[in-house]
Amino acid sequence: MKNQLNDKLIIGGCEIKSRLLLGTGKFSSDKLIPEVVKASGAHVVTVALRRVDFDARRENIVSFIPKECILMPNTSGARNAQEAVRIARMAKASGCGNWIKIEVIADNRYLLPDNLETIKATEILAAEGFIVLPYMSPDLSVAKKLLEAGAAAIMPLGSPIGSNRGIKTKELIKILIEEIAAPIIVDAGIGRPSEAAEAMEMGAAAVLVNTAVATAADPVAMGRAFGLAVEAGRIAFLAGPGAVREQAEASSPLTGFLHEK
Amino acid sequence: MTVYNEIAQYDDFDFTGYFEQVREDEVCRILAKTRLSVLDYLTLLAPCAENCLEEMAQKAHQLTIQHFGNTMLLFTPMYLANFCTNQCVYCGFNMKNELPRKKLSPTEIEAEGNAIAQSGLKHILLLTGDSRKETPVSYIADAARLLEKQFTCIGLEVYALSVEEYAQLAAAGVDEMTMFQETYDPVAYEQLHPAGPKRNYHFRLDAPERACQAGMRAVNVGALLGLDDWRKDAFFSGLHADYLQRKYPDMEVSVSTPRMQPHAGGFPPKTIVTDLNLVQYMLALRIFMPRSGITLSTREKGPLRDSLAKLGVTKMSAGVCTAVGGRLHKDEVGQFEISDDRSVAEVAAMLSSQGFQPVYKNWQQL
Repeated sequence: MKNQLNDKLIIGGCEIKSRLLLGTGKFSSDKLIPEVVKASGAHVVTVALRRVDFDARRENIVSFIPKECILMPNTSGARNAQEAVRIARMAKASGCGNWIKIEVIADNRYLLPDNLETIKATEILAAEGFIVLPYMSPDLSVAKKLLEAGAAAIMPLGSPIGSNRGIKTKELIKILIEEIAAPIIVDAGIGRPSEAAEAMEMGAAAVLVNTAVATAADPVAMGRAFGLAVEAGRIAFLAGPGAVREQAEASSPLTGFLHEK
Repeated sequence: MTVYNEIAQYDDFDFTGYFEQVREDEVCRILAKTRLSVLDYLTLLAPCAENCLEEMAQKAHQLTIQHFGNTMLLFTPMYLANFCTNQCVYCGFNMKNELPRKKLSPTEIEAEGNAIAQSGLKHILLLTGDSRKETPVSYIADAARLLEKQFTCIGLEVYALSVEEYAQLAAAGVDEMTMFQETYDPVAYEQLHPAGPKRNYHFRLDAPERACQAGMRAVNVGALLGLDDWRKDAFFSGLHADYLQRKYPDMEVSVSTPRMQPHAGGFPPKTIVTDLNLVQYMLALRIFMPRSGITLSTREKGPLRDSLAKLGVTKMSAGVCTAVGGRLHKDEVGQFEISDDRSVAEVAAMLSSQGFQPVYKNWQQL
């Protein structure tokens, strides 16, 4: 219990109130966003800057994000470091703050990130004072380089974006959790609350979910389910789950009599 | 190596024989796969697959929601000019057709742009006829520069250009390039295009690839269904899109599925493409290329477009006018008759009622 009281997630000097980060693409209406944020408890919300219509006659997507949230623009649509840097600077100039999720993708078929370009963009933007959260294919040496480049957290993918296939890269993410001295946020591929809970039980600092919530039949209820699952997974991690064993182990030991007085 | 090398591999292919041997259980087996081969795609285009249309629709819908979400991108065309040096037998702008020819002046381009921008749209498609004399690349580039302030995504549907010319237009702010091969059958193509620069099948076929090489961000290909055997043209359109996506993985590749509408006095289609045929094509395409865009024009009637919205479409035109300056002067003659004249707001309302978010702004080039 003591563990849980002191369990704070700090990124870029900010205390993050929920370990569920939320994406805002693919919703049937942006009007759902405030409700989903509320039901899920999400505190950090990401938006694709290239789709934000700042001079729209209608409300733009940013206006649907509750003021108490941390807005984290993302560079979705960037194909190289240069484009990511340009998008990040534009986000800042547009009043979207200095958080940035770097997403550099040069492959439209699988949407896998370009780790090398991501490192380059991280280096430039961290030096400019951005709080940089890079999305990456899980790889230990790349994660170390991202950290050296100034990343505030590392965001490895669980499986390809939007695939809802769960944490297929589990073994690699476990290594990052063990070796990297920064929050590891599992981003992409998480399709169900149980998978989010699994990531948290593994020791991930947080998860980022979008498609699974936005394309659910009831996005608000699904947002709530993810919020609860992330919390449950974190509590389970802190509680120290029992060891996994190959065989059954009796809860009433057979040799207990040896210690009886 | 161009896409023609891949198309030519099917020169002696017995499409009829292939379609005849397709059985329903084969279609079901393909629907259970996560990645289709080109022959799997052809199987889904077989007449026999019509019996599995509902299963195909469910899969296509699920894939579209997974990859594109509950959203629909809206755009509208702007006809800059109708001067043309071609004699495409099926086209209203055929040089032999007597109709007032005009091109928009810079002032008119801005005024037409303002009229479109009123709807809130940020994505526009610029069109001209095929006349390098009347509408040279510099004219198109100037138009793009004039419209760049109001539109964050500018597409282009003009005559086939060189890599250098596409690069010039990309530098002027053009993001996307659309090029319809009309038909992929070289013999039919020759008959349908008796004169003019468009007669060059290969130069047109390779135009989307040149746009990829020139730094455009997105390409949109397709055939005009009905000009030839639609199943073959549907197959080659998918093959073309797949070729471009494989060779240029950072490009956004889309396919349009326009079909000829038979109407009195007009050029009769070689084959009638029924609603069922069109649906089968769109579903097969979505299942073959889950991440590619599918564009639906207003050649189709409103009620059909409403139903097709859930079958793999990712991009729809709205508030359409196919006449040069048609938004300023309502009596101009269009390139083809549109079948859905609803405004942007009306199409957006229809989409919202179906659970789609109408997206007015495509990815902005920054």
